Amino acid sequence: MTSEHDTAGFLEELSRTSGEWLKGDGPDADIVVSSRVRLARNIAGFPFMTRADDDVRLRLVETLRRAVLAAAPDEGLQFINVALLDEMDSQLLMERQLISRELTVMDGPRGVIVGPGEHLSVMLNEEDHLRIQVLQSGFALQECWNMADALDTGIEASATYAFDEELGYLTACPTNVGTGIRLSVMVHLPGLRMTREIQKVNQAAQKINLAVRGLYGEGSQALGDFFQISNQVTLGCSEQELIENMHEVIPQIVGYERRVRELLCRENRQALDDKIARARAILTGARSISSDETLHLLSSLRMGINLGLVEDISIGDVNALFVHTQPSHLQKLHGGPLKTAERNAARASYLQSRLGSA
Amino acid sequence: MKKCRQCANQATLHITEVLDGQATEIHLCEKCAREYLEDAESLDTESIAADLAAKLQELQSGGDDDLGRMTCSGCGITLNEFREVGRLGCPFCYDSFRDELRPLLENIHEQVLHTGKRPERSAATHDDQTRVLQLRKEQREAILKEDYETAAVLRDQIARIEAMLHGGGDSSAPERESEDE
Repeated sequence: MTSEHDTAGFLEELSRTSGEWLKGDGPDADIVVSSRVRLARNIAGFPFMTRADDDVRLRLVETLRRAVLAAAPDEGLQFINVALLDEMDSQLLMERQLISRELTVMDGPRGVIVGPGEHLSVMLNEEDHLRIQVLQSGFALQECWNMADALDTGIEASATYAFDEELGYLTACPTNVGTGIRLSVMVHLPGLRMTREIQKVNQAAQKINLAVRGLYGEGSQALGDFFQISNQVTLGCSEQELIENMHEVIPQIVGYERRVRELLCRENRQALDDKIARARAILTGARSISSDETLHLLSSLRMGINLGLVEDISIGDVNALFVHTQPSHLQKLHGGPLKTAERNAARASYLQSRLGSA
Repeated sequence: MKKCRQCANQATLHITEVLDGQATEIHLCEKCAREYLEDAESLDTESIAADLAAKLQELQSGGDDDLGRMTCSGCGITLNEFREVGRLGCPFCYDSFRDELRPLLENIHEQVLHTGKRPERSAATHDDQTRVLQLRKEQREAILKEDYETAAVLRDQIARIEAMLHGGGDSSAPERESEDE
């Protein structure tokens, strides 16, 4: 049984470390930051959230928690009671991509189960009873699916899923019914954005039923040069077919971005050098910096590392900075709430401590 | 020479309008004729658009309020409530609104037959799943009517089926964790 002390300790640890999926060491990790597989599942005999009162939600959390922990007893899974967290801590989990924005703002009994290294998180009582999520560094959808599939099968041993012979896994929203699977990859495309080719990627993706979204998934604008590409259709295709579809598209986008970067390097080297050097200078020299500006500048720095123009900083370090410079991480590090101006100053000093002496 | 029907000018256009099989001659000057025709056109397109909107609404909503008030026997949600929030009330809604959901599913996914992973033990328990949802609905109604005796009987029935569905069947509430450290 997880105690409050465990949760507090776990969150402290989170604010100091980085998820393994940010290491930047998977296939095509120069451009594909991370891969994610999400499975939506519901338990038979229980209503969806729209019709579930707190009593039902509480029983769901208990049933699900038992089923998930029993499915992977030796994995060192950590249950966190999200209903008991303050705003800063639930934001911390969101910045970490372990829970969704929806889970932070909704009411009632709910939780998340997190695996070591943050590859795995299972949200309880989000839009669906269960949201199983596996994250990996680089382009590694197959590995993500294998891991999610195994846990899913394990859970099924002690809980009966709501399933229909024709329609597959039944979900609260008809957009997820069938496989209940959402495959997404986070791609870093500064070259395509600089040369204004990104719109073509957008249009091409839409034609084959893939959605292109911003850094934090549904409902958010694309932040900077990061885009999340995911499948739209969940019914009528098998999980493997959907993975293959992504395997046809993503390498093309990756290749496209690489070619544009090479071209920029060849024909516009001075301007590129200048952009990256300026980014680094501001990141290490600023006394106050917003999260938006940080994101844009880190994007340039990241591209500089990938092109070999910056050699003393690793991709993993920059990936981690994207997460650690967000509001709740800074406040956790500080040990209490910070106002916007104070946060901007704390961000600048954090960046300097990480990048300055290099 | 005929005078314009709308003003004192000389009529230069003669329009034959057929209404209910009756032909009527209308004589108008050029300016008034243009206004008359534009009015008629805009009226026409407006009514076509309105007609189309109504048809679409009919297609989407099933045409009448009765359909919108259609209720899922598993959770009590109406089709209208689903349309408002975009979320269904329970797994049984897919059965209750099967015909109504089909065009929507075709629109989103193009295909409507699941071909992916299957759980090993869903089919055998389908009736239990539906039964327990209905019992929950009855239990909620009993509590609203303050009929706690019936509610307690229903609670026990739910617990028995749940134990069958999800193993364990431990109905004790989880210990509430203290917010203090």
